[in-house]
Amino acid sequence: MTTTSRGTRPSQERRGGGSWRHDTASRGRPDEPISGAGVAPDSPNAESEGVGAEAGNVTVGRPGDGPEDIWDARVAGALAFMRRRLTGAYEVDEFGFDPELADGVFHPVMHLLYKDWFRVEVSGAKHLPLDGPALVVGNHSGTIALDALMLTHAVYDEPTVRRHLRLLGADLVFRLPFLSELARKGGATLACAPDVERLLGLGELVGVFPEGFKGVGKHFRDRYKLQRFGRGGFVAAALRTGTPIVPVAIVGAEETYPMLGNIKPLARLLGIPYFPVTPTFPWLGPLGLVPLPSKWLIEFCEPIETAHLTDQADDPMVVFNLADQVRETIQQTLHELLARRPEAF
Amino acid sequence: MTEGLGEVAAPRVVLVTGVARYLGARVAAMLAGDERIGHVVGIDSADPSAEVAALLPDRVEVVRTDVRTAETAKIMINAGVEAVVHLAIASAADQNAGGRAAMKEQNVIGTMQLLAACQQAPDLRKIIVRSSTAAYGASFRDPAVFTETTEPREVPRGGFARDVLDIEGYVRGFHRRRPDVTATVLRFAPFIGEAANTSLTRYFRQSVVPTVFGRDPRLQFVHVDDAMEILHRAVTGNHPGTFNVAGPGTITLSQAVRRAGRIAVPVLEPGMSALAGLPVRFGSRDFSLDQLDLFVHGRVVDTTALRTEFGFEPRSTAVAFADFLRGHSGGAVLPREAVRAAELAILDQIRQARAGVGAGVRAADNFSGGRLAGLAGRRGVERDDDD
Repeated sequence: MTTTSRGTRPSQERRGGGSWRHDTASRGRPDEPISGAGVAPDSPNAESEGVGAEAGNVTVGRPGDGPEDIWDARVAGALAFMRRRLTGAYEVDEFGFDPELADGVFHPVMHLLYKDWFRVEVSGAKHLPLDGPALVVGNHSGTIALDALMLTHAVYDEPTVRRHLRLLGADLVFRLPFLSELARKGGATLACAPDVERLLGLGELVGVFPEGFKGVGKHFRDRYKLQRFGRGGFVAAALRTGTPIVPVAIVGAEETYPMLGNIKPLARLLGIPYFPVTPTFPWLGPLGLVPLPSKWLIEFCEPIETAHLTDQADDPMVVFNLADQVRETIQQTLHELLARRPEAF
Repeated sequence: MTEGLGEVAAPRVVLVTGVARYLGARVAAMLAGDERIGHVVGIDSADPSAEVAALLPDRVEVVRTDVRTAETAKIMINAGVEAVVHLAIASAADQNAGGRAAMKEQNVIGTMQLLAACQQAPDLRKIIVRSSTAAYGASFRDPAVFTETTEPREVPRGGFARDVLDIEGYVRGFHRRRPDVTATVLRFAPFIGEAANTSLTRYFRQSVVPTVFGRDPRLQFVHVDDAMEILHRAVTGNHPGTFNVAGPGTITLSQAVRRAGRIAVPVLEPGMSALAGLPVRFGSRDFSLDQLDLFVHGRVVDTTALRTEFGFEPRSTAVAFADFLRGHSGGAVLPREAVRAAELAILDQIRQARAGVGAGVRAADNFSGGRLAGLAGRRGVERDDDD
């Protein structure tokens, strides 16, 4: 159950590498979104499912116009994508989520980090519902909230799940120009009760990090120690809507930007919660923004049902107990994952 | 005094304020066309322009009166007014007619005086007040979608938004003093439609459109025809309460600009604030802090209450905007057809170029094939080391 992707990965790559012809002519990927073709990383090794099945006839068809067809389709797809963007012919939901942009640009870019840089391994994806609402609650870390992006991509990339995770962000995110719009277009919204309940009511998969800035901005020596969970607003929202809570433990984000110090006066001057000092930032300037290539593990834990507690959403004891249960689950899973990953890189 | 929730007799005499303006004139004409309503009185402090006067049928009795005088109360008592539709609310300052000071006078003082007159009208059963979704204010800590119960987080800086909050406050006070009168407050999203002419539609008619740097707000519109239908149902039915009136769904500002074939020019927010603060017109366009707040924060409202209470589904924001574009297709810098033609031309060029080199590629196939296979093999080995 642990590492399905890890188990199959190398053998597939060896097959792809050894018999190149099969792979380059991999038009046998009918499920690949055309719209993303223009911007997707066209690494011949990416997403190698289905290559084996197609191998036989592709070798035969190679000198024909098979490969030209795929390139023609890609060019046409990319041009059509650009035309739709230029003329505004796409849909945006009431939270500002732009699925076409997420599928065509955000996820392909995140995929590079996800697969090649952090080599993320996911387990327990079966605990995510295939449709209907769920509240995914995770640990937050890593100075810059890369874990939020990787979690979103994990949910999107898992072949059995393939859903958009709707993240909840702090109001600082929505105060900043560009970042606020990127967040909204990527499916995020402000972490407030009306928005959470609305998203859950629409049957969406919602992701939240209750530690907030306490989690992302903690010192490296506190790595993998869960911080306080705020007022448990996320639990109350789940209770009111009767939505299951899926705890998720993320290992790896702590080492991307190990925070060794915090220049508080500078943070106050810039109006941000902390100004990080890492081994590379700000010493190396922009180069210090490159995350260290740590090895990531993400585990989704068993869902905690709340449907039977709907009428107790206003009881602080119920809310705090449930928040504690979620917190304990994540903390324990973090320890297990760390034991499974002896080296950080 | 039949206060049933079902079929209620339509009021026999209706007073409409603001008939010298486009919306007021159209509503007065629509109500006059309803046989259930016997008499429609329209009041305004100004004479309607020739364009607006053409909309007003003879059946509408137009009285030129300042709402701030005692005359309004006299008209209401003498005519036996049973319903008031208060539309004399300006959403933007008119620089030719006194600017912001006159706008506030009309909106706030005008409403106070009208409500004072309403209090003395013995036959009054119903009052319908035009409000705006601007009542929700604008803040970074707002939820994405406002429902009728959302309170604004802080007093908005825009003049119109502040007026709207004041007006709604006065209506609530009036309702406490005259609980027998049904009060319907309609919070309209910005109006749009083929014939609408507001500061926002004038904004979208420019070929180069200023936007706020780094912001892409979610916008919502309501089609004028749908707004009319809701007003009609509010007059003839019985729908007490406050309702959002907007086209469901949203389009972002960048999307709207692109759909209109216009070019967006991002301006830094302080620059926009300065522009908005200037008393002079911006180009020949009016531009206010209300609009700036909308262009920074965006505004989307929930219309569930409207749809369940009125049993009417306004056309979506995207459809309403498309209808507006039909009326204003000229002046597009980047028309959709041109972009489509460019796409096909580029695709054609690429196809021709590839057809040209295609033969060469096939000839060199064996050679490059071997090299690439080697590369792919090396990559695979590196990957294994990483894991």
